[in-house]
Amino acid sequence: MIEILISASFWAAVLRIASPLIFATMGELICERAGVLNLGIEGIMVIGAFAGWMAVYLGLPLWGGVAVAFCAGALFGLLHGVLVVPFGLSQHVVGLGVTMLATATAYFAYRLALPQVTTPPKIVPFQSWEVPVLSDIPLLGPALFAQTPLTYAAFACAGLVAFVLYRTPLGLAVRAAGENPAALEAQGVSVTGVRVGAVMVGSGLMAVGGSFLTLSAFSSFFFEMVNGRGWICIALVVFGAWRPGKAVLGALLFAGFDALQIRLQQTPIGAVVPYQLFLMLPYVLSILALVAMSRRAQVPAALMVPYAKGER
Amino acid sequence: MRLEPVANPTLLRQLGLPALALAATVLVAMGLALLAGANPFAVLGQILTGALGSRLAVLETLNRATPLIFTGLAVAVAFRAKLWNIGAEAQLYAGAIIAVLLGTGALGAPFVLPVSAAVALLAGAMLLLVPVLLKVRLGVDEVVTTLLLNFIMALFVSYLLEGPLKDPMGMGWPKSPALTPDARLPRIVDGLRLHWGFGIALIAAVIVWVVQTRTTLGFEMRAVGSNIRAARFAGMPVNAVLVKTALLSGGLAALAGWSEVAGAKGHLSLDLSPGFGYTGIIVAMLALLHPLGVVVTALFVAGVFVGADAMSRSAGVPTYIADMLLAVALLFMVLGIALTKVRVVRG
Repeated sequence: MIEILISASFWAAVLRIASPLIFATMGELICERAGVLNLGIEGIMVIGAFAGWMAVYLGLPLWGGVAVAFCAGALFGLLHGVLVVPFGLSQHVVGLGVTMLATATAYFAYRLALPQVTTPPKIVPFQSWEVPVLSDIPLLGPALFAQTPLTYAAFACAGLVAFVLYRTPLGLAVRAAGENPAALEAQGVSVTGVRVGAVMVGSGLMAVGGSFLTLSAFSSFFFEMVNGRGWICIALVVFGAWRPGKAVLGALLFAGFDALQIRLQQTPIGAVVPYQLFLMLPYVLSILALVAMSRRAQVPAALMVPYAKGER
Repeated sequence: MRLEPVANPTLLRQLGLPALALAATVLVAMGLALLAGANPFAVLGQILTGALGSRLAVLETLNRATPLIFTGLAVAVAFRAKLWNIGAEAQLYAGAIIAVLLGTGALGAPFVLPVSAAVALLAGAMLLLVPVLLKVRLGVDEVVTTLLLNFIMALFVSYLLEGPLKDPMGMGWPKSPALTPDARLPRIVDGLRLHWGFGIALIAAVIVWVVQTRTTLGFEMRAVGSNIRAARFAGMPVNAVLVKTALLSGGLAALAGWSEVAGAKGHLSLDLSPGFGYTGIIVAMLALLHPLGVVVTALFVAGVFVGADAMSRSAGVPTYIADMLLAVALLFMVLGIALTKVRVVRG
């Protein structure tokens, strides 16, 4: 156990596993801070994983793939946003519908593009990039500073989201849309516009999180590769009390347990305990995290409350 | 642009908009067929004949509809009380496990079928009780907990099938031993491949309909669903109503798995459910959460799946077209229903 925890490869794996979760958790956090629950997250991660991979497979550079994934996510975000914000439809039902539609669209398009493949074709994914000087630090260097560019981008994204949310007028508008939309409207800002915009950007980030799986972690697109990560991110937003910094900590903690369970499977404990039990850990932990935070959570006041201009 | 309530929607509006939603879905189907390089009319025709074209096709559709009626009812009951049970998939497997545990020799005729059905019902109910107690006691959102339980249950089933419930004669495949003949649901008509699970599903739909429309509990469920604060203010035992709803919903979903094992398959494997729990959400929403409507929409949804499978084999359009169409139908229908009560005006 101690041996695992002091190895650089373990901590490198923690950052790697956390990266897609950080992108998607930031995406969901933006949506929810603006007052919209986005259960489309799971499917949007699937479409991001597929669209990013497909774009690179067809010849785009890797960052082009990331951009395509963002746009594909934003498009499904637009669908979710339009249905639940101006039309005020059930955020639960529409979100689940968006997840089903986005997932089915990715699978349909994959089969359409590659009808007869048995082994999924590969692309050349992001390679790890060692930060000069810093990566030479013993232990810390190979753990923190020999990651793929998309992992650095995940942490930069979290910093950017925190900055925009708390230090800019735009972030104030997003938070107001989720806390007190009437006050925002009184300032002459369109609540509908802010909410739909937030859902689009947030969904774009979710899709980028999905594309991490195909463009950085693996080199192919598999069915069911997202495997509940989206739902885990919804739990991480609650666990992080709707704050970017705490949510990143939650993602790291979660990734730590995930990296640990993979390694514990190879120890003598793994020989006795069935491997399914280890694989259950992430989901069980997410539920426990929700229970632990249930009393203290600072839910945005207008989360899931549709806003109609002029109504009280 | 803003929305304005329509005070007295005309009958044309109430029926026309849902019909329009279905028509729009058909248009999307034709568009997808064109995209796949197939003739749209041929694709629609092949889906239709694939689902209803022969006696074999109709039986296949009825069989596929059976678990969907159960999961559709489970979702309809829960959503009516605004209890977001997205865990029908896990509850289904709970019922399937019970069918195997009690049906492989532990009990003989005539007790095995009624006892395993009752225990399956209980197992599904208990599985949903956990997230619902977390909701009413601690305020933990049930959407995420029920969703996550689906993944935990899938891994648990995988463990059972590779360990305690593994079929020693299974040639290494992760599947359970076969049920004894006593534990199998008989066919409704001799010679027709349709088991009594379908009949029980129909009976369940009628029972749920009676509970919802003719009992105090049904009234309380609707009251909690339409305005939880008003229900609490009126002195209703809101938490107790939610718990009862959960027991009913989880039990119904478990019967889907029970009837698939005892009726259709005769054993448990990891691919017992191709997402029946999630598809139940579409079935329930298309039926506007009406228990008898669920039977109709389950048949429709099953027909789309069976028809798309057949069409895919001959026309070469990927079978995922069915999943896309049903998701599109769900979103169009939710929008269409909403627009019967409001209209979009300028200004």
